[in-house]
Amino acid sequence: MWDYTDKVKDHFLNPRNVGEVENPDGVGEVGSLACGDALKLTFKLGKDGRIVDAKFKTFGCASAIASSSVLTELIKGKTLAEAMKVTNKDIADYLGGLPEQKMHCSVMGREALEAAIENYQTGSTEKHQLQGRVVCNCFGITESEIAKVVMENDLHNAEEVMNYCKAGGGCGSCKGEIQKIIEKVQGDKVKHAAVNMPKKVGKLTNLKKMQLIEQTINEQVRPALRAHGGNIELVDIVDNKVIVAFRGMCSQCKQAEFTMKDVVEAKLREFVSDDLFVEEETDSANESCRGKE
Amino acid sequence: MDTVYFDNNATSMVAPEVFEAMKPFFCDNYGNASSMHSFGGKVAKVVTNAREQVANLLGCDASEIIFTSGGTESDNAAILGTLASVPDRRKIITTRVEHPAVLEVCRSREGRGYVLVEIGVDKKGRLDMEQLEKEINDDTAIVSVMYANNETGTIFPVEEIAEMAAAKGVAFHTDAVQAVGKLDINLSKSAIRMLSLSGHKLHAQKGIGILYIKKGTRLTPFMRGGHQEGGKRAGTENVPAIVGLGKACELAAENMEKENTYVRGLRDSLEKGILETCPDSFVNGDIENRLVNTTNISFEFIEGEAILLMLDRFGICASSGSACTSGSLEPSHVLRAMGVPFTAAHGSIRFSLSRYNTQKEVDFVIDKIPPVINRLRELSPFVTK
Repeated sequence: MWDYTDKVKDHFLNPRNVGEVENPDGVGEVGSLACGDALKLTFKLGKDGRIVDAKFKTFGCASAIASSSVLTELIKGKTLAEAMKVTNKDIADYLGGLPEQKMHCSVMGREALEAAIENYQTGSTEKHQLQGRVVCNCFGITESEIAKVVMENDLHNAEEVMNYCKAGGGCGSCKGEIQKIIEKVQGDKVKHAAVNMPKKVGKLTNLKKMQLIEQTINEQVRPALRAHGGNIELVDIVDNKVIVAFRGMCSQCKQAEFTMKDVVEAKLREFVSDDLFVEEETDSANESCRGKE
Repeated sequence: MDTVYFDNNATSMVAPEVFEAMKPFFCDNYGNASSMHSFGGKVAKVVTNAREQVANLLGCDASEIIFTSGGTESDNAAILGTLASVPDRRKIITTRVEHPAVLEVCRSREGRGYVLVEIGVDKKGRLDMEQLEKEINDDTAIVSVMYANNETGTIFPVEEIAEMAAAKGVAFHTDAVQAVGKLDINLSKSAIRMLSLSGHKLHAQKGIGILYIKKGTRLTPFMRGGHQEGGKRAGTENVPAIVGLGKACELAAENMEKENTYVRGLRDSLEKGILETCPDSFVNGDIENRLVNTTNISFEFIEGEAILLMLDRFGICASSGSACTSGSLEPSHVLRAMGVPFTAAHGSIRFSLSRYNTQKEVDFVIDKIPPVINRLRELSPFVTK
């Protein structure tokens, strides 16, 4: 059971400002049923340019509802410029803190606010589109979104990023890329961050290399693919060429090529040797079209 | 506030009779069953007696029962022990809806010289028997399929699968922790070679279970370091827990009828009451063929953790397949394997009853649920009115 603060419980059980503002000036919708939480924020501006009313509707757990409730309380009476400065940390702090794995609920609040303000400014009634390149395909999280939570919350590893914005929490194949974004944002602070993995060995015998490749695929790659009903098979190793085949869901996935280079090859280079490169077994690609695992 | 405990598939109350039976084995009869003195010998006798009580419930010989620390250990021992005993066979077959105690163990072998096949289920949670039969071959080391699913209660045709496996000379193991005491099991007439049972799911304490190993089954010992349990599971016997489990099995046999009439009646009444008062809700799993104490209901457009926390205020205990309750970001692997839409999986609640529940409690829950569901739907952006 989660250890929620009294503030969280209060805002969950007695949420403030539930519903939708009539004739709103701004509407922000983020999340989806598939993601497990979603928030619709509506606000109305007064003559003085301040938010006179804000309401929310939320699908999600207790902390998602509490975060939404607090968001509406925080922005009421603020000008849009002031409201823009509200961060997910403000929401979490107001609640007396959230469990680490629930921080993404506070981030959803801030995203909805951004979307609503953008809707007011551009007049666009389109559902809020996040800017930039999508890094986490499972939850549709962009590079800029990840960079933002890293900066605002001083995050140092992929695990934290997952807790704050869900990125990397599905198949996990984007974790390497998330680490790179953290390094970019945090600079030298995390360059040498401890990663829980065995150190790469210098000179490898062929036997040792084969063992390490197998071990890396078993421990670093397969669990991520398995989580999404896919699988990978090590077919052969020819000098530095590692031949693999994707199975199950992965064999029909358009992300497979990306996964192969970005995940499989990256992991093998990280754990085994920089000289390795990965190729997909060609026969199995045809076989997979028949949809048989 | 009274607790209304509808989460018996997670764990169950220790029966008062079980607790009573255990008491003498802490401060009074604390001897070691292996000792040469009669003080220890007394204890050896009660362990033998408990083994017979378990064997009676399962319809097998007492010598086929190995006491373990619980369902998880039994699953590990059965799967890993079988793999070690038939090193020339490299294929493992299980299902996508197993408990992690089976699924994670099987997956841990994958790639390490083993091929793993996970059989899928249809939208009612029923196994693809055709695929299963096709997959079992000469290279298969073990087939492990749960007796009944912990989340939906769906019962699998394990006897049929056991025979399929036996026909091809393949060992069959079943994780029966949810089924024992609810379904009539007679292992002497069955092709099941190994079966896991957990004490705390049938009103014994936590930390005790058994692995049934049919005579003639090849199994490499999993826990070494002593001659206990016929050398198949080393370690000084957990005597009070073993005595308690024996008693719990005796009670389970006596109450089997009650489970199938009284508990089923309560479950059906609860389910009917909820479905009638809550629109956009439906039952997950194979309604015709499931455990008598379990119902798994999806409430659309709302999220399970929020439902549980609101019910918790009334002392009502249940569980959910929602992502948020586990701290993971994706909902239950069982509901996903069944293809339950995300919308409904996030809002799924499992109620699992026991013979200690009452109609009054059922009525109380039926009374409390609709306002909770309505309240959360008022908050939901997906409900428009």
